[in-house]
Amino acid sequence: MYATLWRLLPGPRLVKALQCLILIFAVVAVCFVWVFPAVAPYMPFNDNTIEPAPRVSSQSP
Amino acid sequence: MTGGIRGAPRRLLGAFGEVLITVGVLLLLFVAWQLWWTDVTADREQVDTVRSLESDFGEGHHAGVAGPEALATLKSVPFGKAFAIVRIPRFGAGFARPVLEGTDRDILKQGVGHYVGTAMPGEVGNFAVAGHRTTYGKPFHNIDHLRAGDLIVIETKASYIVYAVDRHVLVRPGQVEVLAPVPQHPGAKPTAAWMTMTSCHPKYSAIQRYVVFSRLVRVIPRADGLPASVMAVPAGWKA
Repeated sequence: MYATLWRLLPGPRLVKALQCLILIFAVVAVCFVWVFPAVAPYMPFNDNTIEPAPRVSSQSP
Repeated sequence: MTGGIRGAPRRLLGAFGEVLITVGVLLLLFVAWQLWWTDVTADREQVDTVRSLESDFGEGHHAGVAGPEALATLKSVPFGKAFAIVRIPRFGAGFARPVLEGTDRDILKQGVGHYVGTAMPGEVGNFAVAGHRTTYGKPFHNIDHLRAGDLIVIETKASYIVYAVDRHVLVRPGQVEVLAPVPQHPGAKPTAAWMTMTSCHPKYSAIQRYVVFSRLVRVIPRADGLPASVMAVPAGWKA
């Protein structure tokens, strides 16, 4: 998979390596900015609240 | 022993291995994003929110207003709106985070969330808030450092509302009695003003909640200013 990608990239080895770095950077950026924020709500490790969220009256009659 | 798998099956196996490694790397990247990047972005945003709240509070202060009038300006706040700043000397001299109305995910990314339906700061009853232990600026990361007597200052447009830590408890997420008007005593009629802070426990999990109860100490009108002694970082001598 990655070997095929390497083969398909144009240019000498150094140029290929640079392009790989750019691709990696782009993938990480896309993940950080779009993919991970979209996926995060489905990962439950970060709940801080007491639930079920109660409608607690602040002044009991 | 032959030369091993050849041809298409070998290539498929190789590709499968690479996919697994890629997935592994992506998962590690996700953890890095959660534990590092969300702090970077949320810290920046929350500092901005605190600054804009401070400038908003500083304009046309309500001179000499104290008591019920001081609280009258905070009867109800639109959902999602930042309405106060929480300062906790035990967390460091510069610690200041915005308090927003509501406790859903989007709000907790922007600071500390106020449980809807619970008391407002300084009101008799239970002013209950939730904050992240890790990620998104982790405002309550050091909630377990709080000790009895530590001060918590809620700054609003009208006043500085000072609470002192009373005790803490570890509970399951469903134990809503900690949010009752008299904390841990649902149904009891409130006569004192309490503040409750909730966060995750242990630090990197959501199994339990670390809950801190604090009682109101004083309400200082904004015009009077906040005494330096209130904001002094405790030396750690308090039991």
